Amino acid sequence: MLLRHTPKEIPERKALTVNPAKTCQPIGAMYASLGIHGCLPHSHGSQGCYAYHRSTLTRHYKEPVLAATSSFTEGASVFGGQANLLQAINNIFTIYDPEVIAVHTTCLSETIGDDIPQIFGKAESEGKIPEGKYVLHANTPSYVGSHVHGFANMTKAMVDYFATSNGHKEKCINLIPGWVEPSDMKEIKRIAAEMGVKSILFPDTENVLNGPQTGKFNMYPKGGVTIDQLKKTGSSRGTIALGRMTSGPAAKALDAKCKVPCEILDLPIGLKATDRFVDAMRKMAGVTVPDSLNLERGQMLDIITDMQAYFYHKKVALVGDPDQLEALTEFLVDIDMMPIHIVTGTKNKAFEKRIKELTADVPHEVNVKSGGDMFLFHQWIKNEPVDLMIGNTYVKYISKDEDIPFIRHGFPILDRIGHSYFPTVGYKGGMRLLEKILDALMDRQDRDATDITMELVM
Amino acid sequence: MRKVAIYGKGGIGKSTTTQNTVAGLVEMGKKVMVVGCDPKADSTRLLLNGLAQRTVLDTLREEGEDVELEDVRKVGFGGTLCTESGGPEPGVGCAGRGIITSINLLEQLGAYADSEELDYAFYDVLGDVVCGGFAMPIREGKAQEIYIVVSGEMMAMYAANNICKGIVKFAEAGGVRLGGLICNSRNVDQEKELIEELAKRLGTQMIHFIPRNNVVQRAEINRKTVIEYDAKDPQADEYRTLARKIEENELKVIPTPMAIEDLEKLLIDYGFME
Repeated sequence: MLLRHTPKEIPERKALTVNPAKTCQPIGAMYASLGIHGCLPHSHGSQGCYAYHRSTLTRHYKEPVLAATSSFTEGASVFGGQANLLQAINNIFTIYDPEVIAVHTTCLSETIGDDIPQIFGKAESEGKIPEGKYVLHANTPSYVGSHVHGFANMTKAMVDYFATSNGHKEKCINLIPGWVEPSDMKEIKRIAAEMGVKSILFPDTENVLNGPQTGKFNMYPKGGVTIDQLKKTGSSRGTIALGRMTSGPAAKALDAKCKVPCEILDLPIGLKATDRFVDAMRKMAGVTVPDSLNLERGQMLDIITDMQAYFYHKKVALVGDPDQLEALTEFLVDIDMMPIHIVTGTKNKAFEKRIKELTADVPHEVNVKSGGDMFLFHQWIKNEPVDLMIGNTYVKYISKDEDIPFIRHGFPILDRIGHSYFPTVGYKGGMRLLEKILDALMDRQDRDATDITMELVM
Repeated sequence: MRKVAIYGKGGIGKSTTTQNTVAGLVEMGKKVMVVGCDPKADSTRLLLNGLAQRTVLDTLREEGEDVELEDVRKVGFGGTLCTESGGPEPGVGCAGRGIITSINLLEQLGAYADSEELDYAFYDVLGDVVCGGFAMPIREGKAQEIYIVVSGEMMAMYAANNICKGIVKFAEAGGVRLGGLICNSRNVDQEKELIEELAKRLGTQMIHFIPRNNVVQRAEINRKTVIEYDAKDPQADEYRTLARKIEENELKVIPTPMAIEDLEKLLIDYGFME
């Protein structure tokens, strides 16, 4: 009973956050950077920042996550980090030889006001950036927004630095996957390929953070979007951005910079969101939806109808990031479940409005909070218990204390595997989610069944 | 030991006044340390006859944290101990953090230790208290006494009033008090009366009125305090008087800053609008 001190009563809180449902910007920027081929992420700040981000990403993906740091000391914080970053750029290209260095800032370098483009200019003029190698940066002050913004900022930086229009529109379309797992990115590419759509997906962590064991260490795995592809995004026919918060800013930047029209959709989690994604690709690329995809969709629908009795009016509590939660909420409502407690740690006004719209017809009172925390989430559950919880690893403490089934989804998942290899996006991913939901609910039913109520066939 | 911080609008003559007054205190047989808290590192130029010592932060940057007191402290006029915090060049880094780092380091190195037998430590701080770093000298356990250098010009008074607002915050939490206003005359009409009235409104005193005198400039160009440059000049006596008044000062208050409207009205009443 680790959380036994969480009270049921909910007094108003203004300043205090307990068990936050978010982390800070640089970790999102670091994850996005790893989706560029041959990229070494660089944290412009002190060593503690980057050590935390590396270790958390490593624990989530069970892969070594490499990054560099400006190693700020007292001196650097007073005199500015220019000398450190120049030295770092020189060292990194000389010793580790990446294709590109993706610099993100931290609280400290933001507060003292280091101007990264100016430092890049100096590195360039001093010849510290070798021919054919690149640098890019995103400003990611940790005290603004959350990891979600960090991911969005670095993804947008890819557009700001590289996208260029060649003057005409190629057949290709850009896909921005949002903060999803490497397996999800692979699934999004597979769906596009299945439809015969030529696409550039960025960032792309497939084959970077879910690589095979080969017995050989490769500092720069073969996955990731290349700089060449990033340049070409400016000449694509259109962009489909998945995830309003994580992908929206990059898609809008591409439209503003290179006149590539964009469509900003939900993450394709669940039936309707996947339908909208597939339909948007169909229209944008002018293709037809192949039978192979219709088959997958039909199978997913079959599970939903077959198992409707088990989903019907089950109460669910969700905690995670806005893009995921919006898609998940719609999905749960569609399969007749009742998402009644929904919390994200990331502040976003549009989120609460959207969730309220999505849950308007749920026959139950719905609690939603952006900028909330796991403490509030737990309190809501104490006041109105649920049948199922969906969230990251930290939810397991609530699950244990309250004896409520729990599915891991989101970031970080530090204590289970699977997310790197099996997607939750698309129809296939939807089937996996349905399986997970049913497993959790049915295992609980079996566990609680008496000798008399135990069912063989479910 | 009395720790004194000198504040005031940029360019008002804080460094000049501080060093000349310190020279006066030294003549009285006091042992004084001056800590320059301005990134420009020019707070001890007159006491050191232009010889610049290495700043605390430069030394820290070049030699790491293994700094010794003698690396950053030089002996100037009459045995004054002079240190400069230093800081980044304009536009980069964080000068405020620099002051925090520097003062902490000086404390660690024992610059304020009893064994130094100091009578006074003076902090000469950059004009505008723009962030927490520049308030470091008046934090708990640092300077207990503040003097604001001011003139009869509107912006100087405006700045003095603002500095008082900052002092109130620290005074309520800790022991820092305002010792008075030092009027460094700019030959503004009715300047003395104006500053006396301002001091009264702020709940303090005008501790001394330093008349304008070109000998200060001449001494400065020769990298000397007036007392060293021309000990017999009447201006030298002005600084001696100020030194004595500070030595004898008993009036230390929590200031009562004015509302902007009141400050403007004060200026009108004293004939700015003929």
